[in-house]
Amino acid sequence: MPGSAFPPPSPDSPPETPRSGITRRGFLKGAGITAASTALLEGVQTLRADAESEATPGVTEFGPGADSVRLHVNGAEHVLDIEPRTTLADALRLHLGLTGSKIVCDRGVCSGCTVWLDKIPVNSCMTLAIDAIGHHITTIEGLSSESEPHPVQAAFVRHDAMQCGYCTPGMVMSCAALLERNPHPTEHDIRHAVSGNLCRCGTYPKVFAATLDAAGSRRA
Amino acid sequence: MSNRPTEDALLPQAAMPANSTVKMPVGVPGYTLHEETRQAPASEPPVWPINKDLQYVGHSAHRYDGPDKASGRARYTSDVQLPGMLYAKFVNAALPHAKVISVDTSAAEKYPGVRGVYVVEHVLGPAELRNPALDRGRYPVVRFAGQPIAAIAATTPAAAQEAATLVRIQYEKLPFVVDLDKARESNAPPVFPGPADEEGSAGGGGGPSDVHQTGNVHGPSVHRVRDTEQGFKEADVIVEGHYITQVQTHSALETHGVVADWKPGMLTVWASTQGTASVREELAGYFDLPMSQVRVITEFMGGGFGAKFGAGNPGVVAAALSKKTGAPVRLMLDRQEEHLSVGNRPSSDQTLRIGAKKDGTLTAIHLVSYGTAGCGTGAGCAGPATNLYQYASLHTEENDVFINAGPASAMRAPGHPQGAFALEQTIDDLAVKLNVEPIDLRDKIDNHPVRRVERQIVRESALWKSRSPVPGADQGPVKRGVGLAQSVWYRFVRTNCAAEVRVHRDGSLEVLSAVQDIGSGIKTVLAQILAEQFGVPPSQIAVKVGDTNYPVGPDSGGSVTTLSLTPAVRDAAWQAAQKFLADIAPALGVSPSDLVLVDGEVRSGSGKFQPISFRRAAAKMTASQITAQARRVPDYDPSKYLTYGGVDVAEVEVDTELGRVHVRRVLSVHDCGRPMNPEQTISQINGGIIQGISFTLFEDRLLDPKYGLMVNPDLDLYKIAGAREIPQIDVRLVEAYIGQSSTDASGIGEAAGVVSIGAAIGNAVYNATGVRVRRTPMTPAVVLAALRQGGTQA
Ligand code: FES
Ligand code: FES
Repeated sequence: MPGSAFPPPSPDSPPETPRSGITRRGFLKGAGITAASTALLEGVQTLRADAESEATPGVTEFGPGADSVRLHVNGAEHVLDIEPRTTLADALRLHLGLTGSKIVCDRGVCSGCTVWLDKIPVNSCMTLAIDAIGHHITTIEGLSSESEPHPVQAAFVRHDAMQCGYCTPGMVMSCAALLERNPHPTEHDIRHAVSGNLCRCGTYPKVFAATLDAAGSRRA
Repeated sequence: MSNRPTEDALLPQAAMPANSTVKMPVGVPGYTLHEETRQAPASEPPVWPINKDLQYVGHSAHRYDGPDKASGRARYTSDVQLPGMLYAKFVNAALPHAKVISVDTSAAEKYPGVRGVYVVEHVLGPAELRNPALDRGRYPVVRFAGQPIAAIAATTPAAAQEAATLVRIQYEKLPFVVDLDKARESNAPPVFPGPADEEGSAGGGGGPSDVHQTGNVHGPSVHRVRDTEQGFKEADVIVEGHYITQVQTHSALETHGVVADWKPGMLTVWASTQGTASVREELAGYFDLPMSQVRVITEFMGGGFGAKFGAGNPGVVAAALSKKTGAPVRLMLDRQEEHLSVGNRPSSDQTLRIGAKKDGTLTAIHLVSYGTAGCGTGAGCAGPATNLYQYASLHTEENDVFINAGPASAMRAPGHPQGAFALEQTIDDLAVKLNVEPIDLRDKIDNHPVRRVERQIVRESALWKSRSPVPGADQGPVKRGVGLAQSVWYRFVRTNCAAEVRVHRDGSLEVLSAVQDIGSGIKTVLAQILAEQFGVPPSQIAVKVGDTNYPVGPDSGGSVTTLSLTPAVRDAAWQAAQKFLADIAPALGVSPSDLVLVDGEVRSGSGKFQPISFRRAAAKMTASQITAQARRVPDYDPSKYLTYGGVDVAEVEVDTELGRVHVRRVLSVHDCGRPMNPEQTISQINGGIIQGISFTLFEDRLLDPKYGLMVNPDLDLYKIAGAREIPQIDVRLVEAYIGQSSTDASGIGEAAGVVSIGAAIGNAVYNATGVRVRRTPMTPAVVLAALRQGGTQA
């Protein structure tokens, strides 16, 4: 759920990755990072020269400078030069130009920045990009193809479940993730699923209706 | 707002072309529909029938940019990335009131990645001293914590942020006050050394400038209608209440911000704004540039609610930094800055007294209000008391109280949620005293013909019928109640707007206007108008808006956009269609008057040829493109004083042990002239209701009296209604034709529930408990305190 530590990768998630245990960027931001997980570091291609020598066995330090990392986004591999403190939101928006997810509160309370890690919705503003190494990242841009919108996206348009639209990518990602884990949700389930998604324009009633409709059309 | 001159009153009016007499539908279908005659300019298109007889307008076309928004393709200002773009960050005042002695930017300038530093010369937003000489100093005086002092542009956001912490500011602390009651005291620290005024924006906000100022109290602004002393003498009953509402911030999800690209000969600015024209004007004025060398683009914007007009400090500073560095600069505020420095809804402290005859006739309304718009003005809230009901006499006194906090700006129906919260609960108190039903009392004192229909719809609703006439009837600790309240907003027309329509030889159609779509869906409505005029589906229309390269659009504030712009668009579409038919008629061997555009075809009225598709007909054009531009003509009968409104009913559950108020259901009956796209209109009303619930129950800008800082400048401790707090909302749109323009559209943004829902909740809480809660936000603590005191002053 938004803002929480990563749940374990779901069974169908591609690369099996042990959890890094690093989730609170406030704790880490601006400092070098010590990671106990070698799997996490698989994605880090360049490590500082002194890191290996000083390391306790099994512990590698990197940062605070930029390192080259590999992220798996919307079905493609990307190599990015980022500092360890870089959030996933910034990596996606600034480095990859994937600006669909929005930074609204920048502290894990609005879900405007929701993306999926292995189909689990997370707040990308509260996730370090290096923590996403080894996971399959899906952004709003990757939810559908240009020709074929995701059923939730189509239902949002049919029901006018948007006004200014700034919350919409996050809403869509939360609702689509709900349908992944619960194809037949009740309105109560939907309210729960988007309880972390803020919409200042007040489109909630239509978000509920659209998601119920999308679930119905998936069933059919 | 209602008493201030509109922008139009200040502009020289264009000469009116010759008139012709037309018959127009007026009133509510099924209730009061009839025909009235109007004098319309002879150049106007034929009168449209009511919605059921139109094909596209008045029906629910899908939102034009819905697929872009749902797919993340929509590009907002915060998403604009240009080659070589720099990121800017403000350095803000850490104190609520201080003189700035020095600003040392040398360390910041040397920081890696920093390309430019700018020290703010003039702060936009706060009230300005009538005598500016009182404030002489090298730097602007700090009047609120969070006031911008300088800004850094750097190659990365992180570098800008880090460099910002290196700017050294020396202050001379001044005494401050952040509490309204304390600020009113005679020995309170003065926020300004003399009288100061804030001008309003296109969307309202600001206050009167012709009033006295004593200490921090700017006012009163007095308005009198006949003699209230006499009115109270003639009253059989008098009710009085003291009401308090808090400061609310707009909290649009996209913060204020711009991307400015200053090139020789052209300043291009992407802005998250409600007025592309207002941004261009302010930048051209500030930098002394010709309007032709400033271009403002707003493809998408993530909410404004009244706070986003003009370039503001972010616009000016980003443009200055771009000029200085020779690179494009993005300056988006962070969430904290958004709360602190770019506007809010002022608080209110209102004492309202109403006198009435036994039969309900109002003999006198007396309102004294104080409110704080921080270091700005605009806390007046007498609109509802002045404009909702019939009365024999009225006396209102509105006062702004300066405190050391960020200046207010217009916020959705400025002053009206506050004013209605007091007025509509006092009217219910009066109903109790007179022993009549609140809905019957309103029938007696409210002569608006459309609200009369709306009350009839409420009366027949299951929700209203489920209301117990006895307050506090439920036995258990959780008590259910139902209440209603009414809203009012005004017809402001901006004739300073225009549109262009183009027909291309390949049969494609486009409409161009600088108007910005702030989420209300004006793009969709423009497509529907062309569709109606050319007889093709809206999906075939290209809508180009949000760019000052196109004809000037209205600033979107005060519910003016749809009613101002759509007649210009229809006129341009109609003229383009006439030109188009005249152009192709010879090739079809008929006279233009024999041609009709319907169902995607061009047909001969006399059957001279088989219908051909619009596209094939367009291929017969003698030029590659036919264009028509039209400007908004004034309303057909500007002598009519027109208001809109609605009636909102709330059902609440009050947990009398925990103090929690939960809104379960809302019935919202509203009018907005001809609804152009009912689905989008309902979306706006849902939004108004939800923002109003949020204001009434949750939101509160908290200032620490000891340090003068906001303690909850975020979105977790600044609580906004979320998915779990949303009631079932049933919106009933009432078509109410007024016969004023070629589209006869009106507006809905302000009247949409946000005005009345707070009072409806208050009246429902009274119905549930028999106790009146006269203060917002109705937090558990406030509700429990009111319950303990049994409904005496909260
Ligand atoms: S939760 Fe990430 S921006 Fe709000
Ligand atoms: S649509 Fe504007 S914030 Fe949700």
